Amino acid sequence: MAMTEPWQTAEIPGPKKALVITKPEVVVAMIKKAKRPLLVVGHKAAEIDLGEEKLIDYLVRLSQKANIPIVATAHTVSEFLKRGFKPAGYMPVVNIGSRLVDPEWEGLDGKGQYDLAIFVGMPYYMEWTILSGLKHFAQHLKTITLDNHYHPHASWSFPNISLEKWKENLKVIIEKL
Amino acid sequence: MSKKAFHMKIKELKSDAAVLKDLEISVGRIFEETWEEPVGPTPFPGLVDLRNWDMTLLKRYKPFYLPFCDVCCLCTFGKCDLTGNKRGACGLNMAAQQSRIVLLACCIGAATHIGHARHLVEHLIEKFGRRHPIDVGGVNVEVEAPVTRLVCGIRPKTLGDLEDVLDYLENQLTHLLSITHTGQEGNNLDFESKVFHAGMIDQVGMEVADIAQIAAYGFPKADPEAPLVELGFGAIDINKPVILCIGHNVPPAIGIVDYMTENGLMGEIEVCGLCCTAHDVTRYNPKAKIVGPISWQLRFVRSGVPDVVVVDEQCIRADILNEAMKVKAPLIAASEKNCQGLEDRTHDDPDKIVEDLVSGKVPGVLILDPEKVGEVAVRVALEVAPKRKKFKVIPDVNDVIEGAKRCRQCNQCRRACPNDLPIPPAMKAAAEGNLSPLDELYDECIGCGRCEHACPENIPVHSFIIKAAEKKMKAETFKVRAGRGAIQDVEIREVGGPIVLGEIPGVVAFVGCANYPKGGKEIAEMAMEFAKRRYIVVTSGCAAMSAGMYKDEEGKTPYEIYSGRFDAGGLLNVGSCVSNPHIAGAAIKIASIFAKRNLRANYEEIADYILNRVGAVGVAWGAMSQKAASIASGFWRLGVPVVVGPHGIKYRRMLLGRADKEEDWYVYDARTGEKVYVGPTPEHLFYAAETKEEAMVMIAKLCMRPNDTTKGRAIKLTHYIDLHKRLFGTMPEDIHLFVRTLADVPVTMKDEIMEILKEKEWKERTIPDPTLLPRLIRKRKE
Repeated sequence: MAMTEPWQTAEIPGPKKALVITKPEVVVAMIKKAKRPLLVVGHKAAEIDLGEEKLIDYLVRLSQKANIPIVATAHTVSEFLKRGFKPAGYMPVVNIGSRLVDPEWEGLDGKGQYDLAIFVGMPYYMEWTILSGLKHFAQHLKTITLDNHYHPHASWSFPNISLEKWKENLKVIIEKL
Repeated sequence: MSKKAFHMKIKELKSDAAVLKDLEISVGRIFEETWEEPVGPTPFPGLVDLRNWDMTLLKRYKPFYLPFCDVCCLCTFGKCDLTGNKRGACGLNMAAQQSRIVLLACCIGAATHIGHARHLVEHLIEKFGRRHPIDVGGVNVEVEAPVTRLVCGIRPKTLGDLEDVLDYLENQLTHLLSITHTGQEGNNLDFESKVFHAGMIDQVGMEVADIAQIAAYGFPKADPEAPLVELGFGAIDINKPVILCIGHNVPPAIGIVDYMTENGLMGEIEVCGLCCTAHDVTRYNPKAKIVGPISWQLRFVRSGVPDVVVVDEQCIRADILNEAMKVKAPLIAASEKNCQGLEDRTHDDPDKIVEDLVSGKVPGVLILDPEKVGEVAVRVALEVAPKRKKFKVIPDVNDVIEGAKRCRQCNQCRRACPNDLPIPPAMKAAAEGNLSPLDELYDECIGCGRCEHACPENIPVHSFIIKAAEKKMKAETFKVRAGRGAIQDVEIREVGGPIVLGEIPGVVAFVGCANYPKGGKEIAEMAMEFAKRRYIVVTSGCAAMSAGMYKDEEGKTPYEIYSGRFDAGGLLNVGSCVSNPHIAGAAIKIASIFAKRNLRANYEEIADYILNRVGAVGVAWGAMSQKAASIASGFWRLGVPVVVGPHGIKYRRMLLGRADKEEDWYVYDARTGEKVYVGPTPEHLFYAAETKEEAMVMIAKLCMRPNDTTKGRAIKLTHYIDLHKRLFGTMPEDIHLFVRTLADVPVTMKDEIMEILKEKEWKERTIPDPTLLPRLIRKRKE
């Protein structure tokens, strides 16, 4: 079942809505096209069970394969460290949001602002509002969400999909990056 | 107070032109100068009198807007698409529109408290007279109204004096609301300045309401030993008739208690409450009980326990009449602000009203007379209880199982749930006879009932959850200390030094509503963590109830474990929502009583003092309402950062500092006029945390202030680092921003910290006498 409606029924945004990612190769192409991509990972990534692994385990592999720096929000840094992976940075999601809207921000590595921010694993309404802030005030930035729920404020979003489909998509993305 | 009516009376006056006899003239109100403290620069400040201070704050703590809606639909030009910060037909852009909506929310919040205060003061004057003295703590509280003194520059001495304060607040509120009209303010920062103004007058309004009720009703007066009262669903004796009071404005609930007392019925009937009326009725009579926070409304009414439901104002479910009707409990609406569509029976004979309610002829009545509400509620409860026999609408287990079989697994309930609770799999398990997953949902359910309205099969999902968790719910028996009201001046004298020097690591206030992301237990966990660490932990409103809903191995609840004193390791409930200014008041009194700063109409200087020296943080983990927005904004202007839970991000904008921008963190050294880097202390003014763990680390960090002594900073760093290591699994990477001299480094962590300082090329810096106000520099640099 693929629906291009916001996951939380009442979270209707406005005229500009995310383009729907119909196949995982779109994400691969977007990441390859980006000059400075960033992956922002929320705490639910360590809670969401995708069978034999948690979502966070897929994201570690994705980061390593495509060499995308990760910013862990909330206390998620501890989950990365438990897995022997050091994220490029960690900070509250509102902190990374406020930096991404600033064209002058030097980035985590001092090399300048990012052109693609990939979000995944926050409470739906939190990610929804952060993506809204970026849609309206970060014209220099494209956003993708890797969640299995449709996020209308992103530039690109998957529709609402099952855990099984989500897992398949993540595997394809990691494989083709 | 320093302002009173000018009144002249002439018995007889003869002149060439005329003879006047028994002439009386009143010419409004003039300042009376009996208060020795000089009037500061901003008595009764208008809309722009504190604008410079606001802009100073907003330069450091920049708004980060998170629009909840891409369009504006407030006038007939619209809808206007503001996507990408476009401008609408009126010329307003998205940033300004967001701050305009925040202002609107804060005006609603402030109006609610100020309206509440006006109603209370009028009622109490009618009952006790204009000259009834404002006594909120006897000899222990000389500064009876710190917020009012600070903002207005007057000392209210009687109930009548509070009317002048309310006149000012209503005037300002009207102007503030007018600013949200199309074609007024156009700049987002000016809107934000007005948001601060709304918050400030809201604090005054709340203070007026609470000191009036403390003084008139004899609530605990700054009492650290205020009685412990019973809290929880299970605390209510269901063998007695039960009257449930919901809301915030306590006179009707007091009318009930008074009628019971006068008629020897105390002990015969249970009087309990939800939300802030519950706090305030237990402050009046500790035999009353608190069922729980606002989220308990549906579950408690549907349980059938209440025989009569009395509602006053604020935070009451709009469908409360329907819910009461379902369980055949008569409803009495007692506020002109919440008439519920009921017939006004205020002037009817009580016998007739009782007869109509008991017979079921009418499901409810409107009675705008608290004493009459008292009589009717009690008499109806006594007569209705034997007939109702606790009629409930909670299904039995078989009904739950059969009902769950109708579930289509369509996910509509889950998509309607604010917390995305996994209801469909729980329904599937229930259909197979396993109610445990439904039971587990109870802990994180905020009781909104949206799941039921979304269900295409009309399954009463919330009632199913309640049934599954019935045993757990009935075991909810806790204690909460009745709201103590103000903080004593003597307590401030004792802890003012340790707080300002940083030796008490901070004051953490858990306040606000119950829109929690993962249940109220997180409040209890956080409150106890900081009390254990010897912070001063203060609570109010629904958060004060949630903080009490925990038991240790010995069955003791947090308010039994920790002292009620305003001291290190204390856990004190100040009371209801309108008691929040006692928390702001404590910070103000530290500046005034401990540091001897002039308080009177001296807002900017006192706020500057608090921002730079008083390590206080507000935490509104379940903030939901417009009132919570205005309460928070009152703290921002005063220099107190506020942390909200993840749902708080829906307030549409944060006020965030940028730790990575060194230029933002300079203050003046008041001794020399030099500009000194002080690090991001405090880093944010308004900030939504994603998880409890993140919030706890941030709370510890936000307690740091530029003025901390080296000993104090070392203590604060110890807590910050310890929590960070435990909850984030690593040392913080920003320690170098908070270490000013080597003496700041906690001895037990020296090696680890020194390694980080070396890596960051840290250099020692001076500790200033910090201020953001150039006028406070005592010696200007040549």
